[in-house]
Amino acid sequence: MFAMRSRASGALLTALSAALLAVMGAMTPAQGDNAGQPGVLSIGGSVTEIVYALGEGDRLVARDTTSTFPVEARALPDVGYMRALSPEGVLSVSPGLILSEDGAGPPETMEVLNASGVEIVTIPSVETGPGIADKIRRVGDALDVADKADALAANVEAEIAAARSRAEDLAGDAPKRVLFVLSMQGGRVMASGTGTAAASIIELAGGVNAVTEFEGYKPMTDEAVSRAEPDVILMMDRGGDHAIANEVLFGMPAFQPTPAAETGAIVRMDGLFLLGFGPRTAKAVTDLSQHLYGS
Amino acid sequence: MSAASETQAAPTPARARDRRALARQAHAWLALLLLGSCIASLAIGASGASLWSALWHMASGEPLSQLERVVLFDIRLPRTLLGLLVGAALAVSGTVLQGLFRNPLADPGIVGVSAGAGLGAIGAIVLGASLPAAIREVAGMYLVPIAAFAGSWLSVMLLYGVATHRGRTSVATMLLAGLALTALTGALAGILVYAADDQQLRDLTFWQMGSLAGATWSKILTAGPLILLALLGAAFLGRALNGLAMGEATAMHLGIHVQRAKNLAVLAVAAATGAAVAVSGGIGFVGIVVPHLLRLATGPDHGPLLINAALLGGALLIWADVAARVIIAPAELPIGIVTAVLGAPVFLWILLRRRGVLDL
Repeated sequence: MFAMRSRASGALLTALSAALLAVMGAMTPAQGDNAGQPGVLSIGGSVTEIVYALGEGDRLVARDTTSTFPVEARALPDVGYMRALSPEGVLSVSPGLILSEDGAGPPETMEVLNASGVEIVTIPSVETGPGIADKIRRVGDALDVADKADALAANVEAEIAAARSRAEDLAGDAPKRVLFVLSMQGGRVMASGTGTAAASIIELAGGVNAVTEFEGYKPMTDEAVSRAEPDVILMMDRGGDHAIANEVLFGMPAFQPTPAAETGAIVRMDGLFLLGFGPRTAKAVTDLSQHLYGS
Repeated sequence: MSAASETQAAPTPARARDRRALARQAHAWLALLLLGSCIASLAIGASGASLWSALWHMASGEPLSQLERVVLFDIRLPRTLLGLLVGAALAVSGTVLQGLFRNPLADPGIVGVSAGAGLGAIGAIVLGASLPAAIREVAGMYLVPIAAFAGSWLSVMLLYGVATHRGRTSVATMLLAGLALTALTGALAGILVYAADDQQLRDLTFWQMGSLAGATWSKILTAGPLILLALLGAAFLGRALNGLAMGEATAMHLGIHVQRAKNLAVLAVAAATGAAVAVSGGIGFVGIVVPHLLRLATGPDHGPLLINAALLGGALLIWADVAARVIIAPAELPIGIVTAVLGAPVFLWILLRRRGVLDL
């Protein structure tokens, strides 16, 4: 009995020392880079995109998980998901300035970061066309490149206006009803109602959001989906095997009776490109309207 | 259980001394382990701030850099203390409940703590924005912890009220009513989840996986005294839990105030785990693994077991937190994942090695 027990405590010690070794090994590469001038930490996919569009990408020292465009951004250290940041993780990349989209957190982390004396600039998140120019100017001010930002903002504004009027011309007086499907987890349709980024981009591209009964993203019953009578299904392109095949989708009872199923109309676009509301939004509007109405 | 009942039936003095000595020795070893864990937790982190150079600066009277000050005193020290408190609270609560219910699977979830705290947290996350401004002003960022504590406390008290009839608490009723209450709170939480938007769902998922990243001094100052008080209360339960292991009637004949012990046990568990869950979110497995490891190593005597559980629980959670913050630095893993990934295989391995002896 006694031997058994000491063996169990031996096992415990072995396990603890194994954990210790693993931790020691993991901590070595995590040293902060203190050389050179303090850099910028960008939090939020569209903020990062704007920094790169301003040509200031080389000032970034780190990013958050939602910052996946452009490809260069992916090479930066990732401080985690923007709403679950760890204070020491953020400080370890030695940022001189934190450019953060609205909603970064948790609040306890932000409080500690404030106390640490790092400058934090919060950029309000926008989900409409006109807000983008303002966002670009705020990022430009924070980075001390107001001139470049003004030029980019004016450019983006003009592009969006142009893309929008082209899209409206294409749509004419027969705008298509578009259903944005966020996910199909377990065959349950999670779709966009009003007041979302998806609803905004659909309107900009000359479409009509097929769902007006609720706000935000909600699961819809099969009957509600067919009653919404979408002409086109819009989804995020997840790549790989995550995407549900078109035949499978339109074979589902929810979609079978819809006009979209008759024409097999389904559009897939990259999530950050479609819904990010950053410098690429004009392009997204054009792409989407061409998918909806043909060029 | 054959070997264990043999020892219980005929406890030779030599063996009894052996086990007590081992358990007492474990006090010292575990205290040492805990101390080492605390130092490691202060020294290891994603940033380059070094504990040793900071100590050297302090010893030689030089001012600390702002980074050192913030990282050591506002980030690592509160995290370490919170890990110690939460780990001890969860491990001791598990020990007490397993003794009280005479059930090796009992953990704080069984008395409705997790379900109640979860419902409170979901409610605060989803409905927080629609509360009157005055309440939000006062609660601030502590709305979720406050609601989680209120939820867990209320559900334990409700369960306790249901199970207590004419001044006697039925442990079996409490167990079954706990299942019903968990189902009910689960359904209410489901309604709130349905109403939640994307961001709230994401917040909720992270809350459920637990984290010590939100450790602040104000959390320690509010949760700390409550947890310490509960642990102190639990420390007096050793003899009663030993008696209860032989059945309530036997315990009563041994002169143990069974009902008083039950009251104390439930109150201590509700306070300790309620406060722990409120400040750190859902951290599983510590409450199950720690008492079992210790019982396997040092025997079932609850006196030393409760103290050892507090020490080992604290050390284990501190290590889990150190791992959580360095494995994918500068990002951070939720600590609930780490405790399960580190704890489950070790636990399983020990169980498999002792398959022949155990009959759980």
